[in-house]
Amino acid sequence: MLRNGLPLAPVLLPFGQRVSIDNSATDMPCLLVPPADLVDLCTQLRDDVSLRFDFLSDICGVDLHPKTPRFMLVYHLFSLPHKWRLRIKCHLTDPPIVPTVTQVWTTANWHEREAYDLYGITFDGHPDPRRIYMWEGYEGYPMRRDFPLRGYKDDYNPMGAERPAKEGGR
Amino acid sequence: MTEVTVIDEVSTDTGLTREVLMNLGPQHPSTHGVLRLLLQMDGEIIERVEPHIGLLHRGTEKLFESFTYTQIFPLTDRLDYLCPPSNNLGYALAVESLLGIEAPQRAQYIRVIMAELSMDVGAMTSLLYTMRDREMVMDLMEMITGVRMHTSFCRVGGVREDLPEGAEARILEFCNIFAARISDYETLLDNNRIFLARVENIGNITAEDAIALGLSGPNLRASGVDWDIRRDDPYEIYDQLEFKVIIRQDGDCYDRWKCRVDEMRESLSMIRQCVQQMPQGDILVDDPKIAFPVDKDLLSHSMETHIHHFELSAYGFKVPAGEVYTAIEAPKGELGYYLISDGSEKPFRLKVRAPSFVNLQALTERTTNIKYLADVIAMLGSLDPVMGEVDK
Repeated sequence: MLRNGLPLAPVLLPFGQRVSIDNSATDMPCLLVPPADLVDLCTQLRDDVSLRFDFLSDICGVDLHPKTPRFMLVYHLFSLPHKWRLRIKCHLTDPPIVPTVTQVWTTANWHEREAYDLYGITFDGHPDPRRIYMWEGYEGYPMRRDFPLRGYKDDYNPMGAERPAKEGGR
Repeated sequence: MTEVTVIDEVSTDTGLTREVLMNLGPQHPSTHGVLRLLLQMDGEIIERVEPHIGLLHRGTEKLFESFTYTQIFPLTDRLDYLCPPSNNLGYALAVESLLGIEAPQRAQYIRVIMAELSMDVGAMTSLLYTMRDREMVMDLMEMITGVRMHTSFCRVGGVREDLPEGAEARILEFCNIFAARISDYETLLDNNRIFLARVENIGNITAEDAIALGLSGPNLRASGVDWDIRRDDPYEIYDQLEFKVIIRQDGDCYDRWKCRVDEMRESLSMIRQCVQQMPQGDILVDDPKIAFPVDKDLLSHSMETHIHHFELSAYGFKVPAGEVYTAIEAPKGELGYYLISDGSEKPFRLKVRAPSFVNLQALTERTTNIKYLADVIAMLGSLDPVMGEVDK
């Protein structure tokens, strides 16, 4: 298995210092990319003949609160021809905005809606930017670390936590 | 923004136009759980399908963050509730990978047997007749774990208990009975013209589209893509088993169904091999900081065991900081767990890559291949989403 010997260098070259390799995890190679270069990098990774990362497994939102930059998106790619996996991390400041990758992989659509719904990450250019689990009009982003486990108190949720005096949310 | 209009209510039309908005669900026999579809139709011709999911959303991932690593097992059961052993297995692998431990051989075999048994259950739901055989699997589960559905049988570092006496014989007996019956069931549908008319050349998905849509498991293999995690990136003891990866080419509803039926046969053969190869030995790692004692008698004799047991129950165990993504082949496709640990007793973030969630999306994108209302049902059935996993 070619876990650490991926021929990434030619693809990364045009990005110079902006894209770096993160060696902290051992299970698969990982790239750190700024939001501005995300779509370009993803397109390159998908189309490069020696890589062909044509399968997007997952997009995972992470809230690193109280660290800054606060948010992180983690993309897990898979190359069906080569059976390689690759992780891409993209750090986002608050309020988080990132370009969508739906034009690179169709499957990103719902994954991005999920990240928007639960973390409030805005995907610029997303064809259908709505909540997916929670209902329209729901306030707050439940997976954020400062969101209480029981939710906020309201008519439907009398056991919830009291809302803080100053509203941070939307 | 592109021109997506949101269907949020069924319009009160005069009935003079042919444009119809129809509500399907939230309860429908072709889904597991509650899924609401809004269908935009021109007469009986489908123009757009819009799934409304989230009716079963329980905030599982939020709960993960406040549970200890052992407490999470029952939560994973409730994702794809037809195959808790697979869900448990994927999660256990993620945690074990960060801990740097591996379950003993016998435990790995038991896990695989359980996962493959539940694989059958997942595929069995394609036909009402198989409910009889599903009961047999449920009985087996009850015999092995004590419960029928939410087994929670895996533990970090192994399984909870050894197989009870006589379980191997019962498992083999089931394999024999069911292997004979699969062909009967297959004939019932395969020679049924009504069934064929409803599924053949309906909802075709090309290999290219299937990959772009992120389909996995039987749904991807029915479109001619040769990828099975059990063979290509084997975990546990799958590299010791011989099995065929079922590939079909057309990617229509019929192929997806056929793929599942053939995979049931492979599953049965894998279970047989497991039972034959399974060695005797431990079923949990021998580390009192991670695993509960297998011999419960020790709790009343050994003070040390008692203390460890208390510590584990009250505080759980710490997992070294780091991150890992493990993917296994669940009945519905690639089930991934992305675990970020900050070194405490609870995961910092545990993301589930639920195959049904991704597969269900195909319903919205492939509407060109679904022409009539009846095709939506066939498509939904053949994609086989389990809503417990879609909604998390």
